[in-house]
Formats: sequence, structure tokens, C-alpha cells
Amino acid sequence: MSTLLACDGLSMRFGGLVALNQLSLSVNEGEILGLIGPNGSGKTTFFNVITGIYQASEGRVDYRGKDLARMSAQEIYRVGVTRTFQRSRLCLPLSIFDNLMIGNHRRLDHGLWFNLVRRGAFQAQFEGQYAAAQALVRTFSQSLSARLFEPAASVNMIDRRRIEICRALISQPTLLLLDEPSAGMTHEETRELMDDILIVREHMPGLAIIIIEHEMNVIERITERCIVLNYGQKICEGPYAEVAADPQVQEAYLGTA
Amino acid sequence: MKRLFDPASAFPALASMAGVTLFAVLFLHAESQAAILGLCAGMAVALFLLARFGWNALATASFAGHSRTAQASVVAGVLVIAAVFYDQHFPLLMLASVLLYIVVCLGLNMQFGYAGVVNFAGAAFFGIGCYTAAVLTNHTALPHLLVVLAGGAMAAGIGSLLILPVLRTYGHYAALITIAFGILFRVFLEVNDALGGPQGMKLPGMEILGWKLNDSVAFGETEISFYANYVLLALVMAAVAFTLVRRLERSWIGLALDAVRLDETACAAFGIDVARWKITAFTLGNFLAGLAGAVYAMMTGFVAPNSFTFGDSLILVSIVLLGGIGNPWGLTVATAIVVMLPEKLQFIQEYRLLLYAGLVILILLFRPGGLMPRQVRDYLPGWKP
Repeated sequence: MSTLLACDGLSMRFGGLVALNQLSLSVNEGEILGLIGPNGSGKTTFFNVITGIYQASEGRVDYRGKDLARMSAQEIYRVGVTRTFQRSRLCLPLSIFDNLMIGNHRRLDHGLWFNLVRRGAFQAQFEGQYAAAQALVRTFSQSLSARLFEPAASVNMIDRRRIEICRALISQPTLLLLDEPSAGMTHEETRELMDDILIVREHMPGLAIIIIEHEMNVIERITERCIVLNYGQKICEGPYAEVAADPQVQEAYLGTA
Repeated sequence: MKRLFDPASAFPALASMAGVTLFAVLFLHAESQAAILGLCAGMAVALFLLARFGWNALATASFAGHSRTAQASVVAGVLVIAAVFYDQHFPLLMLASVLLYIVVCLGLNMQFGYAGVVNFAGAAFFGIGCYTAAVLTNHTALPHLLVVLAGGAMAAGIGSLLILPVLRTYGHYAALITIAFGILFRVFLEVNDALGGPQGMKLPGMEILGWKLNDSVAFGETEISFYANYVLLALVMAAVAFTLVRRLERSWIGLALDAVRLDETACAAFGIDVARWKITAFTLGNFLAGLAGAVYAMMTGFVAPNSFTFGDSLILVSIVLLGGIGNPWGLTVATAIVVMLPEKLQFIQEYRLLLYAGLVILILLFRPGGLMPRQVRDYLPGWKP
């Protein structure tokens, strides 16, 4: 397996606060990597740095020969890195289909002439995208796929999370970042969602996923490898069983006796 | 397969349009204040009763299913009104003004209805179009069609300078910048002698490819007011602008604009260039305002700084809010109401700002989506999965 993403000495400082401290880690193609650690350990900051929302203070993020730490959020999306947000960031007044197409921005034609005048060509592209969106959503939920032209505000929490994940998947990225997908959901809903993610992955071989999660059974079930952060540093790495048994990790979560 | 025209399902839309046209004719025809007030009250009661009996849902479905027919019926309605008042200046002037204001509001709607860029200087951009026309017609022999385009281009160009500070600020601060610009614009006009100072400038009537719009047409005994020419021109402009804005909304561009308005962080994460789309919407919107301004100036034959005050910009904003932010149909109705009501009901003329302010507050409190709230985007009308 070859390396898809490799961080080297990545640091992020906000004034005196060091959110990421000389972090080095790598993700392989097609791998599901769990990112865990106590609150405030820098997990979401890590996502924000590699998706270009924050500019790293130092270090590099090598992704297929490109340094993501020096690229804008838009460029990073175009090379195939997408994400979901910890707090849902759907555009609620827009339809579910609209929300999915926001995630598909790089594959849509935005020319003024194409959109305003060549309506026949637009219709062809629209129908193609509709079929793709329909197929993707159907792998998550049959009933949701019949409601694509309803406002996103009209569906419940688990469906909103599904839409968010579909929005991140529809442009066929190579790296998907999931920021606490189970937040605000019941155990049963979380389990359903994880099943869906595993099914999607079978359809998209080569898709690597980094998942931030506090539900340890989710991590145990779907990840192949875990990295534990504490105070912005990597303190442990390995399969979940190994990591969970590590005394340093237990100390980070539970404190010293 | 193209659906065949179905008269039964088109009836509610056509009947509504016929009713609105009849009301407009009676309204424009009425002279006494009491008659006008009575008509308005009658219309309000009629609308209320129709709503009670479920007419609104019927009409909405009918309009949605026959959007082409509905649009054609609006054009026909305007032509009927113009035909009824063929020899009277005042109603035709008002009709043409409403149509030109619709063009301006369509632009404004693109700016803050879609992209979320507030613009409290709508009247200033309209004014840029007016003054561009005044200067060009007085000092050059440029064909008037090009003068109109130049009006739009000038407004768009000056707007693209203003967008720079607007892009660097958010919310109230961006609004303040546009307010400041609107006020500066007026002061600039007042102190600039080359532009006529506070007295303004006169300009000649329009002439397109030999068609002199200020000449009235006579058929034997009957003479048609020259304003009918402007009604026709303004109708074409409004119809084209309406179609373009509609198509823009129902496209990937419309989606990108909505995304920019709703969540800039999510936009960045999905490669949507916030600045690019804000600039696009702002420029296109100002272009429409300038275009309408240039025609308006040539129609009235006179421009003065007093027509482009902050109050006028506020009226434009309130039209979009009243009609339903993002809904071109809503602003069409709202423009007609807001432009015509104070002209006919003279006694509210002085209080019109107060009246609109009250109306906007009521709408924002009780019906935030406006009179005709915007629906979820329907990319291809009539298209079913």
C-alpha cells in the first residue's frame, strides 16, 4: 500500500496556544484511519489545517507530491480532499439535491453562456448529475433518495448527516475527512450510518477516510489503524486494541491516578 | 415528450392574471381618492376571500405548471393596460416606470436575494445609468442603443470598484459602505457643475435605429401617446431581464450564489470561490440598474441629484423584501404596488417612507419570506425525475 498523505512536523499556533505541535503522521491509500484524543487535543484543528481553512504555522502536508499546507481550501478540494463538519453545515433552506451539488462544484460547468443560454446542454448535465446523486443517496437510504427536491431543513438529524456525507462523497474524492459523524445521534443511528459508510467504501475502492470519533465502538469497528492525539502531539499509533491498552492513552483520557 | 397545453389547469393562472389586469386598469382609471381607496379595499377583501377558498394553492400550482403561459399572460396584461390608456401620458409613464423599476429590482434581487451582498445604493447605480445617458447624449453622437449599454457598463464598472471594500467586510459594515457610497454619489452630483449641479441636466428623447420614441404615432384621428413607445421598450427589457434572472437562479450559478449567501466556510471547503460569485452578482445587478437608469433618463428627459437619494435606495430594498427575497414574481408585484400607490394616492406621498418602513417591519415580523416566499429551486420547470 502506498502513502496518500504524509504530514511532517506540522504545527499550528494561535498566539501562545499550540494546537498542533510538530505532528507527523501518514495515511495510506484506501485506509480508514481513526483520529482520537481528549477534547481540545487538536483533532479538528488538524482537519482545518489540511483542508486549508487554517494556514499551518510550520511543517508540510504531502499529498501526492503536493504540499496542502501551502494551498488554499479551494485548491485542496480540487485535488480530491473533502470533509464533513462537526456541527452540521448544510444550507437548510436549499433542497437536498442543491446541497449535494454544492459538494460537486468542481465537476459542474459554471460558464455564464452555458448556464443562461445553452439550456439543452444544461439539462443534459443536470440529468446526469441527478442520476449520480440519486444512486449515491440510495446506498444510504432509499426513502431519502425519493425526497431530493425537498428542503434540507425538512429531514431529521440522521438524514442531515447522511446528506453531509453524500455531499463530501459526490465529487469522488480520494480522501474523506469525517469530523465526529456520530455527534448528536443515538447508538442505533450511528451503527446504521457506519454500515452505510462501509458499503460506500466498497463502491469506491481507493478512497481513504480519516475519522474523528468519540464513540470507541465505532472506532473499533471500522478503523484499521488509530492515531491518538494529546495536546497537539501524537502519543500513540496502531490498531485499536493496541492503542486502547496503552497506558499513556489511558492516562490522557482518564488522568493520572 | 412535451406536454400539451391543458386549458383546465391553466385556468386559475389566466383568471388571476385577468383579474390583476382588470384591477390595474380600474386603479389607473380612478381619479378621486375615495374611489382609489375603495378599489384597494375591495382588492384586499377579494384577495382575502380567495385565499379563504383555497384559490392561492390552485393559482400557485397553475402558475408552476404553465410558467410560459403565465409569463405570456403577464406580457399580454401589460399590453392590454397600455392599449386601454393609449392616449393618456400619465398612466403610460407610470407603467413604463414600473417596468424599469422591475429591471432594477431584479438586479438588486440577484445581489442580496441570491449572493447575499447588501446594496443600499441601488438608486445611486440607477443614477449612474441616468447621468451616463445625460452626458453621452448631450456631448456625443453615440447611437442611443449604445448609450443605454454604456449606462449599464458604467454602473457595473463603478460597482466593481465599490465591491473591493465590500468584499473585505461583513454584514452591517458592508451595508454601511454601500450607504456611504450612495450619499457620496449624490453629493458629488450636487457640487459638480459639469453635471448640472443641483439643477440637473436635460436630455433628448430616445431614438433606436431611426425609431424616435418621443414622437407620438397617429392613426387618422387617434393619436397614441409617445409613452407607449417607452412602455414597449421597457416591457422588452423587463421580460429579457426577468428571463435571464430566472435562468440564472435555475442553474449551477444560482446554486453557487445561494451557497455563498448561506455558508462561506462550507463554500471554501467545496471549492466555491466566494469573491468571484459576489463580484459576478454585484456586477450583473448593477448593470441591470444602469441599463434601466439610462432608459428612464431619456424617457423623462431630465436628471437631477434629488431623484437618487438614500430614501430611494431604501424603497428599492423594501420592494425586494416585500415581494419575497429571491422571488422575481414577488418583486414584480411589489414594484407595481410600491411605485403606483403613492402616485395615485396623493395624500400618502409625503408619508410614503414611513408607510413602507411600517410595511417592511410588519412583513419581517409576520411573513419573513415576503408576500410571495421563494420556493425550493426548480432547475427545469416541468421536469420530473
